[in-house]
Amino acid sequence: MKDANVKEKIQRLLISNAVPIIFVLLSAVAIPLSGFTPQYLIQEMMTRVARNSFLVLSLLIPILAGMGLNFGMVLGAMAGQIGLILISDWSVSGLPGMLLAALIATPIAVFLGWICGTVLNRAKGREMVTSYILGFFINGLYQLAVLYGMGKLIPIRKAELVLSRGYGIRNAINLQGIRHCLDDLIPLKIGDMSVPLATYLVIAAFCLFILWFQRTKLGQDMRAIGQDMAVADSAGIPVERTRIIAIIISTVLACYGQIIFLQNIGTMNTYNSHDQAGMFAIAALLIGGATVARATIGNVFLGVVLFHLMFVVSPMAGKQLIGQAQLGEYFRVFVSYGIIAISLALHAWKRQKDRERARRSLRGQAA
Amino acid sequence: MASNEPILRLEHVGKEYFGNRVLSDVSFTLGPGEIMGLVGENGAGKTTLMKILFGMPVIHQTGGYDGKIFFEGREVSFKSPFEALDAGIGMVHQEFSLIPGFTATENILLNRESTRYNLLVEVFDDRLRTLDRPVMRQRAQRAISTLGVEIDPDTLCSEMPVGHKQFTEIAREIDRSNTKLLVLDEPTAVLTESEAEILIKAVRNLAAKGMSVIFISHRLQEVIDLCDKIVVLRDGHVVQEAKTCDVTVRQIAGWMVGRKVEESHREEGEVRSFGPTILSVRNLWVDMPGETVRDVSFQVRQGEIFGIGGLAGQGKLGIANGIMGLYPAGGAVELNGKPIRLNDPEGSLRAGMAFVSEDRRGVGLLLDEGIDWNMAFTAMQIQEKFIRPLLGGLVKWRDDRAIEECANEYIKALEIKCTGPKQRAVELSGGNQQKVCLAKAFVVRPEVLFVSEPTRGIDVGAKKLVLDTLRRYNREYGTTIVMTSSELEELRSICDRIAIVDEGRIAGVLPAQTPSEEFGLLMMGEIKVSTEEKVKACE
Amino acid sequence: MNDKLRSFIEAAGWPRVIIGLFLLSLFVAAPFVGVRVDTSLSDTLVRVGMNGVMVLALVPMVQSGCGLNFGLPLGIIAGLVGAVTSIEMDVRGLPGFLVAMAIAIALAVVLGYAYGLLLNRVKGDEMMIATYVGFSSVALMCMAWLLLPYKSPNMIWGYGGSGLRTTISVQGYWLKVLSDFMSFNVGPYFYFPTGMFLFFALMCFLMWAFFKTKTGTAMTAVGSNPEFARACGIDVDRMRIVSVVLSTVFGAIGILVYQQSFGFIQLYMGPFYMAFPAVAAILLGGASVNKASLLNVIVGTFLFQGILTMTPSVINSIMQTDMSEVIRIIVSNGMILYALTRKVQVKR
Repeated sequence: MKDANVKEKIQRLLISNAVPIIFVLLSAVAIPLSGFTPQYLIQEMMTRVARNSFLVLSLLIPILAGMGLNFGMVLGAMAGQIGLILISDWSVSGLPGMLLAALIATPIAVFLGWICGTVLNRAKGREMVTSYILGFFINGLYQLAVLYGMGKLIPIRKAELVLSRGYGIRNAINLQGIRHCLDDLIPLKIGDMSVPLATYLVIAAFCLFILWFQRTKLGQDMRAIGQDMAVADSAGIPVERTRIIAIIISTVLACYGQIIFLQNIGTMNTYNSHDQAGMFAIAALLIGGATVARATIGNVFLGVVLFHLMFVVSPMAGKQLIGQAQLGEYFRVFVSYGIIAISLALHAWKRQKDRERARRSLRGQAA
Repeated sequence: MASNEPILRLEHVGKEYFGNRVLSDVSFTLGPGEIMGLVGENGAGKTTLMKILFGMPVIHQTGGYDGKIFFEGREVSFKSPFEALDAGIGMVHQEFSLIPGFTATENILLNRESTRYNLLVEVFDDRLRTLDRPVMRQRAQRAISTLGVEIDPDTLCSEMPVGHKQFTEIAREIDRSNTKLLVLDEPTAVLTESEAEILIKAVRNLAAKGMSVIFISHRLQEVIDLCDKIVVLRDGHVVQEAKTCDVTVRQIAGWMVGRKVEESHREEGEVRSFGPTILSVRNLWVDMPGETVRDVSFQVRQGEIFGIGGLAGQGKLGIANGIMGLYPAGGAVELNGKPIRLNDPEGSLRAGMAFVSEDRRGVGLLLDEGIDWNMAFTAMQIQEKFIRPLLGGLVKWRDDRAIEECANEYIKALEIKCTGPKQRAVELSGGNQQKVCLAKAFVVRPEVLFVSEPTRGIDVGAKKLVLDTLRRYNREYGTTIVMTSSELEELRSICDRIAIVDEGRIAGVLPAQTPSEEFGLLMMGEIKVSTEEKVKACE
Repeated sequence: MNDKLRSFIEAAGWPRVIIGLFLLSLFVAAPFVGVRVDTSLSDTLVRVGMNGVMVLALVPMVQSGCGLNFGLPLGIIAGLVGAVTSIEMDVRGLPGFLVAMAIAIALAVVLGYAYGLLLNRVKGDEMMIATYVGFSSVALMCMAWLLLPYKSPNMIWGYGGSGLRTTISVQGYWLKVLSDFMSFNVGPYFYFPTGMFLFFALMCFLMWAFFKTKTGTAMTAVGSNPEFARACGIDVDRMRIVSVVLSTVFGAIGILVYQQSFGFIQLYMGPFYMAFPAVAAILLGGASVNKASLLNVIVGTFLFQGILTMTPSVINSIMQTDMSEVIRIIVSNGMILYALTRKVQVKR
């Protein structure tokens, strides 16, 4: 009897953590294939975790509030990029530059987050598709502003930022001025590897913020809404307003996350950098074992490590295996999308099963 | 335990919905620490009365109410549930309003949590105060103890037995420091016998501490055991207000269902003869949320009109739904001696049964499509009527002209008011929609026709036509009809026999001419006192 | 008169009316900015014929309640496999096209069936999962195109010797094999691809006929009210699978029609975003998330392709810049957004 229980527990553990387990196995195969040294991989992971974690952390709060995966985080990324364009134009460099960019971008992010939240409130039950399409739509407006508005309606002083035709921002902007400004703020070297300590401190502070937030009344309200909107509403919790607040917080955090991301990379692809920000962050979170309804800080870090491990290792592994690096690259694209598809499907399937099980519990005792 | 000043007084309270009067001249009083039982059939007005008391927005949106309500001596008129809550009226509804993943403490204090101040409140929002969990736990524990039950405040609601969920809901109302009147709507519906006993004891505890209680239940035994006084509603009137110790069970039953004997629609001197058993049901259970059927057995004779009645939520609606495969079911059902496979709507339809559902708009109609589609659909899919086979039977072409002709026939026969057979079903009135649903069943020419709540929500003229049509089909074509309805008089006017369902089981089957109060007794659950004696000794 | 106008606008919806007027104004403005109306009209008509069948492919799944088929790339992949296999087999002209269709349809049935099974397990979340199933399959096929053991010199990378190229020309095989059939020209600038339109009309007819059959009627009921359908004995899951298979098959046929007119087969990331223009087009034509008609398809495709054709030429001439891409993004996504945020209305 006890054995059956233990077996059942192990089974359930395996199923609910299926995704990270698959990834660990995949990595175990691919890493030796790729031929990278452990040292190289650890350095890479350290850099990438510092660079990407903030973005992934920004997804946690909408999940808490029951709004699913916030594909609209690209709106925050776009706001951050506008801030960076402006400080590049005004030649403000170093940490002050980064802070100024964040300062300028914040009201834009709040505004975009408010739009996103309002739109999502009108599409209850379809939040994820809607935020996904909204991302594309706002991308269109962003291009309108940056490709046509800047230089014409919004004055840009530096000629090297602008396209040859006289207006519109160039495809790639050099962020040399703020490059590594946060990463190198507190220099730390362990052996050969350099550790971006300041960035890690910021991330740690943010994690503490999230943990504390869940203990506030607002966090509790979001948890209530996330589980049952109708009950929360009848208890007097302002459901619509709280949902919008959740999205605004997420968007602003994504904005800062994108700024941190770009200060590490050092160049900004004006029209593409934000595109993948949402996709990769969501894929990473899901790979870490999160679901559409539940995500923890542990999921974030596990996911970032596993996702980027695969990212770095696939092209070389593909090359060794088949002789084409291209294959490895396509493989990691396939895995990114496939993992989201599987996670969404698993979540929807589980929701259906839960509904059926809840109905069955109402059945009375048959004769 | 009543003192002088009643805590609640209703004077001539009434309510009308767009010309349809559902409550009139309701007056009663309730003292502090007094427990009042509110009893009545479906449609008697209990729910509407509670909606008025609790300030539900729908009352205000549909023209308000007549009469006056006095709470603690002052006249009140609540425009929202929150006003009622603030004034001190708590209500525990039938459906649980709990967050499954929260603990008992968190649910009891939902949106009223104890909090601590911190600096960020200045910058952002009042809601950034941190929850003070130790204080919260204390408050929850206090509420639970007041009830006199044993629940660990840290248990998750999703892992609680049903009884504890009910107690958590009540604890939530008690935690509000100023609750003076508690309304409990069918609180024991989902409890086991032992849990119900605990609940009754807990409510007595509360009343002893000064809380007034309105206890709505159809289980008369509980009402007898618990309440100090009883108010019986029928057709929107207070039929009787009395102390429980002054009345007998038979009297209560009579007040609940008795009406002036109506003209029976039966023709004078009609002798009804029936064939052999056409439908046999044994140990049927149906998993229909809200209308669970536990163990039902009955038999219907060919040519009979068989009625199924009972109070709402007791399971009568589940029977037809289960037999027609719309909800998970089990048991043994036979039609003409041949077993029917359950959980298979197609099978039930092909066997020769048809169903007019109580859920007109949800299940009975394609609102976006025309009347003609709605009427012809079942026959087209099950019996391949209105189909023209093309290419040697490979292609089953829909014969729109035949569908339209058929629709026109029924529009005339049932006097359906519409602009034509292509008018969309959503645009019809309730009565006409119901006629379309009936037509859909008639087109199939079933041997056994299940009809649930055939006249719910339709006007008087349409009601008569629907019932007359059913009788005509039964007399002319010999269709056996099984009719489920919450209106006892309707059943008595048209059926030959009537079964009453209580708690998912058949409480009894009686000939339709039996006096109403016998049916009333069947509806009220198991009673331990003899029906003729006074229910309990007065103090 | 005012009442009639108001009821027309109410029925059509403000976005449609606005975009229709916008398109009309573009056509009117065209001659004044040096853009030939006949070329524009011809281009628009050609694009309507090219894209029409793919938009048509969305109808079955909308009607059966599976939502907008963002997983259309799955059908497109079936079509691509059919196309490259037909070229590998070196069959030319109309027979080549028919071989491609045959292979594509067969594969589409298999893929559609598996896809339908998946969607049945995730009722209520179909659209999101459809999107990612579409993306994953395109990415998976990227790997497949690299590994496919095809050898036709028309398709292989120049040096390297294995793996298919990104873009493959169909010239010499079945380029414009439908379009040129009974086509005619009016002056040097107006070309009417009669054959392609006849084929599009044939596809529309088949779809229309399907919904007039017993199965098609049942499918409409499933999308309109699944509880009603179930109570009438219809196997809802089976109907949904049939609709998904139909949708995938029409998607496969649609990409072949597109390619014979366009002249190129686009592999790898080509099909990635192809569902979105089709979805935007049908929504523009008046469809909702659970109801679509042939009229929606035709009107929507015309409006959408009209905007796509006219906006670059006219606006670029006026403002001397190329804003077509941005306008396309805003219009198509805005349209989808509008449909997603509408409360389920009972009025058509």
